Amino acid sequence: MTEKLVIIGNGMAPGRMLEHLFEQAPGRFAVTIFNAEPRVNYDRIMLSPVLSGEKTYEDIIIHGDAWYETHGVTLHRGDRIVSIDRTNRSVTSQNGVTAAYDRLVIATGSNPFIIPVPGKDLPGVVAYRDLDDVGAMLAAAEMGGDAIVIGGGLLGLEAAAGLKARGMNVTVLHVMPSLMERQLDPAAGYLLQKALEDRGIKVICKANTRAILGDGKVEAVELDDGRRLPASIVVMAVGIRPNVQLAREAGLAVNRGIVVDDGMLTSDGHIMALGECAEVGGQVYGLVAPLYEMARIAASHLSGDKTPAFVHADTPTKLKVTGIDLYSLGDFSEGPDREEIVLRDASAGIYKRLVLKDNHIIGTVLYGETSDGAWFNDLKKKQVDISGMRDTLIFGQAYQGGAPLDPMAAVAALPDDAEICGCNGVCKGKITSTITGKGLTSLDEVRAHTKASASCGSCTGLVEQLMALTLGDKYNPAAVTPMCTCTDLGHDDVRRLIKAKGLKSIPAVMQELEWKTSCGCAKCRPALNYYLVCDWPDEYADDYQSRFINERVHANIQKDGTYSVVPRMWGGVTNAKELRAIADVVDKFQIPMVKVTGGQRIDLLGVEKEDLPAVWADLGQAGFISGQAYAKGLRTVKTCVGSDWCRFGTQDSTGLGIRIEKFMWGSWTPAKLKLAVSGCPRNCAEATCKDIGVVCVESGFEIHFAGAAGLDIKGTDVLGLVKTEDEALEVIVGLTQMYREQARYLERIYKWAKRIGHDEIRRQVLQDTERRKAYYDRFVFSQKFAQVDPWSERVSGKDKHEFKPMASVGYGEAAE
Amino acid sequence: MNWTDIGHIDDIPLRGARCVKTPGFTIAVFRTGENEVFAIENRCPHKAGPLSEGIVHGASVTCPLHNWVISLESGQALGADEGAVQTFDIRNENGALSILIATPMMVAAE
Repeated sequence: MTEKLVIIGNGMAPGRMLEHLFEQAPGRFAVTIFNAEPRVNYDRIMLSPVLSGEKTYEDIIIHGDAWYETHGVTLHRGDRIVSIDRTNRSVTSQNGVTAAYDRLVIATGSNPFIIPVPGKDLPGVVAYRDLDDVGAMLAAAEMGGDAIVIGGGLLGLEAAAGLKARGMNVTVLHVMPSLMERQLDPAAGYLLQKALEDRGIKVICKANTRAILGDGKVEAVELDDGRRLPASIVVMAVGIRPNVQLAREAGLAVNRGIVVDDGMLTSDGHIMALGECAEVGGQVYGLVAPLYEMARIAASHLSGDKTPAFVHADTPTKLKVTGIDLYSLGDFSEGPDREEIVLRDASAGIYKRLVLKDNHIIGTVLYGETSDGAWFNDLKKKQVDISGMRDTLIFGQAYQGGAPLDPMAAVAALPDDAEICGCNGVCKGKITSTITGKGLTSLDEVRAHTKASASCGSCTGLVEQLMALTLGDKYNPAAVTPMCTCTDLGHDDVRRLIKAKGLKSIPAVMQELEWKTSCGCAKCRPALNYYLVCDWPDEYADDYQSRFINERVHANIQKDGTYSVVPRMWGGVTNAKELRAIADVVDKFQIPMVKVTGGQRIDLLGVEKEDLPAVWADLGQAGFISGQAYAKGLRTVKTCVGSDWCRFGTQDSTGLGIRIEKFMWGSWTPAKLKLAVSGCPRNCAEATCKDIGVVCVESGFEIHFAGAAGLDIKGTDVLGLVKTEDEALEVIVGLTQMYREQARYLERIYKWAKRIGHDEIRRQVLQDTERRKAYYDRFVFSQKFAQVDPWSERVSGKDKHEFKPMASVGYGEAAE
Repeated sequence: MNWTDIGHIDDIPLRGARCVKTPGFTIAVFRTGENEVFAIENRCPHKAGPLSEGIVHGASVTCPLHNWVISLESGQALGADEGAVQTFDIRNENGALSILIATPMMVAAE
């Protein structure tokens, strides 16, 4: 019989517990989760990279909707439990939902501590705990100005670095004399402060906040010494308190946290607690490693194995600020029975300190160079007597035995039970045996199977070295293909960083993202130019020299160096006047070949480059504009004759095609974009092999996407059915904008869609109407700058130099 | 051999090229991002693509037809491809550009 398991809270600890539980006792429990936050389980440790722009919310989701569905979990989002009825074994939520339980798990986490000063409730004062807080900070950062972070611990400094990366003036106020004093000694604290100041973050230590000032919103922070610092946002990151109110009201034993035994059981035999709200062995925890350990033990007890018991272990601390390496572990306070070994290299910014007691390591502080952290941790955990290697100990593992080893050898020398991933408690042996046992070859697979490097990611380098050791040549570390040889970054990273860092020119991108060449190459420059055009349509000045020749001269280069010219023919419809104008141009410029294209228009082939402006001038007289047959952009919208003529036509497919083309022409896209509209399912416009297609039916418009009929042949998938032309247009435009913003340069829709997932696209542009509208609006905005006919611009003299030789020499004598 | 004036450096866009026509063939004159100038034959050794239409990066150009990369300094194809184009001496005197061309080549047009 299935038992009813109810969980209060949907953070990382209960999420991990469920993963173990579903593995060990599948089907045993019917699970119901109440989550006060309106979302799924995400990786809270990664909020800082979201704040700084290095990751997005989607990147840090641990369990997506599908996971809950697969495991039959009922998830109540945004619904807080208000009471526990222990007698009847049920819980009741704010929205009035009552759920009975056989086993209850309390995982309410913690609340940020807000220092009780006047003004603490003003709008603009935020904590740093969840995605909503990050949202508030990002909103403030959009406006720019001054940010004050109160608290110089881990969270406070990560918040400060994130806000700085978003362009704010940031000041950190810390009440103690040096930063992160619980993890770092004053020397390392000083180095850290200097590194932050070098990045333009102001740090004030021994700063006591007296009040937060402002009229209706935050305006300044006042210190005890009377100083007033202006602020448009104040982030309080001074600590957390276990969230125990619910447990206390239910009459459970509570100290600082909810008291549990080493099997995570509270004073009520039906109720367990874990995570930041739990107190075990007199301690409460805030780092992820012990919380995951609690999750493992709770799952084991729930599935019937009551042997595992929680044992305290020191957890190393790492700061997730890009470019600052810091590692701290254990006890590093001074004392008469302790000795220390210190290494300082001021110019390299390295500081290492080991605290010893009776020839054993009891504490480690590493700053600037932290690769030996795992090794020191291992020595400490195993209580190794270090007297034999004392002289060289501080230089790290590579120097033991006389000669420096390469880093691979150092990893190879680690024992199998050395901990590699601190967050998830994964040791070397587990990783190597899983790689071999399951035949894993990529980092993502190793993450999925072992959890190593799947949380904060700071051990990724070590995991990769292990993969290289285990797999040898089979391991290809470049899982992300770089854009080109000018950079190690892939297209996705570059796109993300352009947005996050607000980079608005090609030189800015190359400078900030540390391009390895002075001005890129023929692969990266057109890609960067497109990304910048797409992301900053109003601010970016198109870089002409980064465009491929076709987009520079607005015609297609042919094998002999001549060009082909394709005027736009809306929806494939033309008339006698247009055809006459084309015929006249062909005669006048002796154009050798005239051909009908696959996109229902007319191609004039073999035009000399010097003649292009004159050809365009004549075509322009007849009302033609460029057909952009050369562009990574909207090409054609192919149509059939539809209900106006065809006896089977269900809708005005020609009219809709022309409307779409008139709306979308001129837009740049990652790769060429071809559309079609068919008036009935007989599909004469061949809409089902296009990037985006419409098949009209009696009841409306079936929108298709992700087809291909080139190198690959692939029928489209149906995105969905809409009732009106207006809706059809909005969906098509929304889809196009999503593609424009996310795809890699030269990636057609079908490849992008395969990568992103068709369901995800459907969700964003069909189901989520608000998001679709936002995509639509951004497309419309960008069209303001894109819908300029390049031909008429050049007829009027733009880029004149392009169509004339610089000089002609050697003809003089002949002419005379 | 004659030094022949062909125009001013500002006539060429930065990281771009212009053509100089001669009766025998066309010369592509390049201006790099570092404001250096080079003159090479406007004809890719691969399939005769017009190099002046390529994307200029560093001191090389990528041919618009099949992406061969040609060194502007040596005229040699870079990377795995093999081939070369003729290079011409070019002089930059305060922006006034001239190239050195063999006289017989010019006379040949007569």
